[in-house]
Amino acid sequence: MFENLTEGIKNIAKSFRGRGKLKESDAKRGMQDIRRALLEADVNLQVAKNFVSEVEKEAINRKIYESFSPAEMITKIVGEKLIGLLGEMEPLKLSGQPASILLVGLQGSGKTTTAIKLANLLRKQGRKPYLIPADVKRPAAFEQLRDLAKREELPYFEKRLDDEVNLCKQALTQSVIRRYDTLIFDTAGRLHIDREMIDQVKKIKSAVKPSEVLLVADSMTGQDAVNIAGAFDKEIDLTGIILTKMDGDARGGAALSMREVTGKPIKFIGTGEKSSDLELLQPERLATRILGMGDIKTLQEKAEKVIEKEQAEEFQKKIKEAKLDLEDFLNQIKQLKRMGPIEDLVEMLPGGQDLKKLMDEKQLVQTEAIIQSMTPEERRNTKMLNASRKRRIAAGSGTSVQDINQLIKEYNMVKKLMKQMMGRGPSTLPPFFR
Amino acid sequence: MGLTEALTKTRSRFSNRIRNLLGKRDPNLLSEIEALLIQSDIGVFASEQLTNALERSSPSEYYQQLEKELTHLLNLKNEETQDQKPPVVELYVGVNGVGKTTTIGKRGYMLIKGGEKVLFASGDTYRTGALQQLRQWAEEIGADVIESHYGADPASVAYDGVDAALARDVDYLLIDTAGRLHTKRNLMEEMKKIKRVLSNKRQDLPQETILVIDATTGQNALQQAKSFNDAIGLSGVTLAKLDGTAKGGIAIAIVKELGIPVKFLGIGESREDLIPFIADDFIKALFE
Repeated sequence: MFENLTEGIKNIAKSFRGRGKLKESDAKRGMQDIRRALLEADVNLQVAKNFVSEVEKEAINRKIYESFSPAEMITKIVGEKLIGLLGEMEPLKLSGQPASILLVGLQGSGKTTTAIKLANLLRKQGRKPYLIPADVKRPAAFEQLRDLAKREELPYFEKRLDDEVNLCKQALTQSVIRRYDTLIFDTAGRLHIDREMIDQVKKIKSAVKPSEVLLVADSMTGQDAVNIAGAFDKEIDLTGIILTKMDGDARGGAALSMREVTGKPIKFIGTGEKSSDLELLQPERLATRILGMGDIKTLQEKAEKVIEKEQAEEFQKKIKEAKLDLEDFLNQIKQLKRMGPIEDLVEMLPGGQDLKKLMDEKQLVQTEAIIQSMTPEERRNTKMLNASRKRRIAAGSGTSVQDINQLIKEYNMVKKLMKQMMGRGPSTLPPFFR
Repeated sequence: MGLTEALTKTRSRFSNRIRNLLGKRDPNLLSEIEALLIQSDIGVFASEQLTNALERSSPSEYYQQLEKELTHLLNLKNEETQDQKPPVVELYVGVNGVGKTTTIGKRGYMLIKGGEKVLFASGDTYRTGALQQLRQWAEEIGADVIESHYGADPASVAYDGVDAALARDVDYLLIDTAGRLHTKRNLMEEMKKIKRVLSNKRQDLPQETILVIDATTGQNALQQAKSFNDAIGLSGVTLAKLDGTAKGGIAIAIVKELGIPVKFLGIGESREDLIPFIADDFIKALFE
């Protein structure tokens, strides 16, 4: 996300570079370029105009024209302004017994997926979330929430009623009986100009009295972001925004627009299809990314989140002694899977292209099946795998003997790769293997 | 907040403002027009180009000139399709949540109303509820639907779809696919496989490969169109969710940059709310 805005600003900075003093006409042209970059990033026209005029004012106040490096100065100001515009990182406010979170937004913005991710996050924090499918309009909306909730083993309100307000009230009662402490209401996707449906969500709001009313919005939204966020905020008074689909390559300027027009914080960003792919917005990090300082920090922290330190150390020891067995291999695969869409991660690694082929999602499923069909001894010592053992494993995992040979070949390759990386010192090892 | 008001007012004021400015030789008129174009998501560079082209005309001709330019651009690419051998297979693709399934439901209705026999196939085996959603549409409008299940290979669903279409002698087979971000390479590979399986089945299949785009999408829609077009070749674009306040100007950028025609517009939630794209109407709505 934001790569292109980063590029834009970098190019602007380049044009300032090495020219000694900056002429006022150059500054003006520079501002024009920043405006274009913001517009290309889908920042709303009005927001972009305001932003540019603030940067310009600031630039003049700081005597940028006499500064030794105007490019650095502009980059810094643009960065500061971006951070300022994105606001502070704000956690969820969960008050009330039970606490309620109302998710609203347009059709297809990702409310149901976000509801599951939120519930998952809250459960990890020791709360008892309860999902309420409050969309009775869209065909199969209930089924979608139900199936996802089942897959994640999350409790949800199972009763189906025609009236959404009544459904929410009953769910509230049910939650008290069952002692759930945090309710997540997944409301029907609605257009911000659909009077009837907006009134309906207002009724739900006054019935459940949520401590959070979150607008779920697509990060790919264009100029209309201000109208959407503005209207929802005006009608039902939002407490925050969740930006979804940030794993795409949208520049995400909508984030700036919505923040600016509502004054409400962006609380989370959705960064993938896994149920753990929901992150608190970190304005500084986002701004850092905008300014092109790379993803390494993000990647390391993402990796740290899923890897138990002990296991990682144990693993490191084994690599040193070249005793990496298939069981470790499987553990690594499982950890990788928990980290979200793998190709994104691997692409961020130095020399990740070679590893990439191995990490195709479908391939991983097969690999896991094969290893699970082996006995513990076989996993530890692949040399004992003779033809009849291979046939048994193939039958057990629904694969072929060739697949198993292929896996062993790949496993040996990875083992070699690991050893090589260790040879070059631990810092060259990909973060998740450290 | 002042900005909120300013922004929400902007839209309703535009047409009046332009009308008022017309003929007055107001120096702000061109930048007003540029702002209007940018705010419809056409994109800053295309907006600048279109506005710059007006500089030689007199202000009283700006609007007509612009309308002419856009009509020319959009109509150029809207050719009629020739006679197609049944079953006509239409493959619908797009990123998550744009409205593919709903578009298929409405397209099915449009065809059935015209006397065609329609079959749906759900190649969205990833999103739970996708098949149910398509089934409910089929039931509502009287289309057939072939069964698939969660986790099935979408290419095999497409394959079965063609078999069923041939066996049941249907006129149109509409294939739904799972939403996928165009940046996920493995999912784009899966898309290629679906297409390959279809053309192996019969060389002219699918006759249509349609990218569904959410009208509220900004500049990223162009990127989506480029990626999908590179991967599988698109024959058309459908803009969904035009019943909000978004203008869907990005469609113009797509036609301009890639030469892919806009086929349909989704303008509401009921089954009648998919209409063939007509350039004049679209442009008028842009300036409303």
